[in-house]
Amino acid sequence: MLDAARLRADFPLLERQEHGRRLVYLDNAATTQKPDAVLHAIADYYRTTNANVHRGAYSLAIRATEAYEAARAKLAGFVNAWTPEGVVFTRGTTEAINLVAGSYGRAHVGRGDAIVVTAMDHHSNLVPWQILCQEKGATLRMVEITEDGRIDLSDFGTALEGRPKIVAFPYVSNALGTVNPAAQLTRLAHAVGAVVVVDGAQATPHLKVDVRALDCDFYALSGHKMLAPMGSGALIAKPELLEAMPPYHGGGEMISRVFDDHSTYNKIPHKFEAGTPNVEGAVGLAAAIDYLGAIGLERVAEHEQALAQAAIDQLTQIDGVTVYGPRGHRAGVVSFTYGDIHPHDIATILDQDGVCIRAGHHCTQPLMRRLNVPATARASFYIYNDLDDVAALAGSLVKAGALFGYVPA
Amino acid sequence: MDTSPPEPRLSALYQELILDHYRRPRNKGTLDGATHSVSLNNPLCGDEIDLQLQVEGGAIKAVRFVGRGCSISQASASMMTQLLKEKAVPQALALAERMSAMMQGDETAAGDKSLGDLRALAGVSKFPIRIKCALLPWNALTDAFKGQW
Ligand SMILES: Cc1ncc(COP(=O)(O)O)c(C=O)c1O
Repeated sequence: MLDAARLRADFPLLERQEHGRRLVYLDNAATTQKPDAVLHAIADYYRTTNANVHRGAYSLAIRATEAYEAARAKLAGFVNAWTPEGVVFTRGTTEAINLVAGSYGRAHVGRGDAIVVTAMDHHSNLVPWQILCQEKGATLRMVEITEDGRIDLSDFGTALEGRPKIVAFPYVSNALGTVNPAAQLTRLAHAVGAVVVVDGAQATPHLKVDVRALDCDFYALSGHKMLAPMGSGALIAKPELLEAMPPYHGGGEMISRVFDDHSTYNKIPHKFEAGTPNVEGAVGLAAAIDYLGAIGLERVAEHEQALAQAAIDQLTQIDGVTVYGPRGHRAGVVSFTYGDIHPHDIATILDQDGVCIRAGHHCTQPLMRRLNVPATARASFYIYNDLDDVAALAGSLVKAGALFGYVPA
Repeated sequence: MDTSPPEPRLSALYQELILDHYRRPRNKGTLDGATHSVSLNNPLCGDEIDLQLQVEGGAIKAVRFVGRGCSISQASASMMTQLLKEKAVPQALALAERMSAMMQGDETAAGDKSLGDLRALAGVSKFPIRIKCALLPWNALTDAFKGQW
């Protein structure tokens, strides 16, 4: 396991107390805290390098542009993107998927076509496809999940028989912690001619991602879930697909020549980056990648897996607790319910002990319906969490049980 | 493992009476002959309520609810339905205002006998993000009488 206590010293926010208790931050699937390395990189950028990118001819602007493009190259290397030009900076996963739906989708999906998603997709990998299908008169097919919270491969196969134009799924489920066999799903989808969109929001921070090995066509990620600032993220795509796609947003930066009534467009990736980009976000993301790279994503995955296993072991020992999602190989997301105690009540009670967890539908309402619960409580771990945090979670949960009459107080 | 007793504010929040209404909600179900129906939900945490009322001659003759959500929202709904029966509509709306005042921490409202069992929810005012849970059924009530009654 990682030396979480040592890493924690890099995160100023984690030194805070909540309600007089040590802060136990277990909502990392929502967003992670930021290390000094990232905070300083952003401040340094504004102190030494800030100017608008791709515009000025003066040295400062050139340095700002270089910092921005260096971040792109760094991210390309981090996920083994096809080329840096295949990395489009976005506000995050949501915008990246909307870009694919709004550009590739609108150009290639027509009446009667099918798009396949899964019952464990986050709303951001579902609603853009619903909107596209409604606009085009296409049909959306949702692949079912198995009892233990995996994509049902036989239903996936059946869905592919409809020869979908696009197949979208999450690499890692934010509600269940399932690590989906992304390369295998991609192979199957390609065999019927579909283009594959992988929601990498929960995978990129937590395991070694190689988009070329996955061979997907589009891959979306969020910086803020991997130590970087909010509003940073990217769409990673096969460059030839991006080349052929119509623009998404119109404006400055994305154009080549502008006439009164029409324009020609810039090269990729700039064609998809209209307006002044989030340069501090890109610079912060590059610093986050350096920080994670120094630890090693394999070790991050191992650490989280150990914490998730410890949490599952301790929580399932509490009478009345149900843990959702697969056992064995999984990511560090542990969703659970406790008897008839509503997750919202659990979160309030844990908060009094400084334990921050998420309660709700986790932007996966179709999944909640299938689990037959209105909501779950969710603890999600990262590099700075340790076994003490797992114990704090379990201890506080016992108190919640006592308040609701489950165990003697 | 931390085995210190729960915070006093938590014990005040999750009183016996609240858990009793949560687990054995009064007036739960649908109403034949309802004159007013409102569905409200809280998209943030997913609390839901369908409230049905039967109003005759300006008074609430019957009230029922169907809901899903946390103990606070469901207990509040259950307690509210107990209180509303036979109340004139303006009286019911005045109670909604008292309830809202209690949630803002108003001590006199918290001591107001007219709020009945609902006074057990006074502790919610110490947990600002839970106030909307307690007020969900009351917002449904005021919505029901927004139009004509
Ligand atoms: C699986 C998954 N997809 C998509 C998103 C959306 O990411 P963002 O809000 O950063 O765009 C999230 C996180 O909220 C997620 O967990």
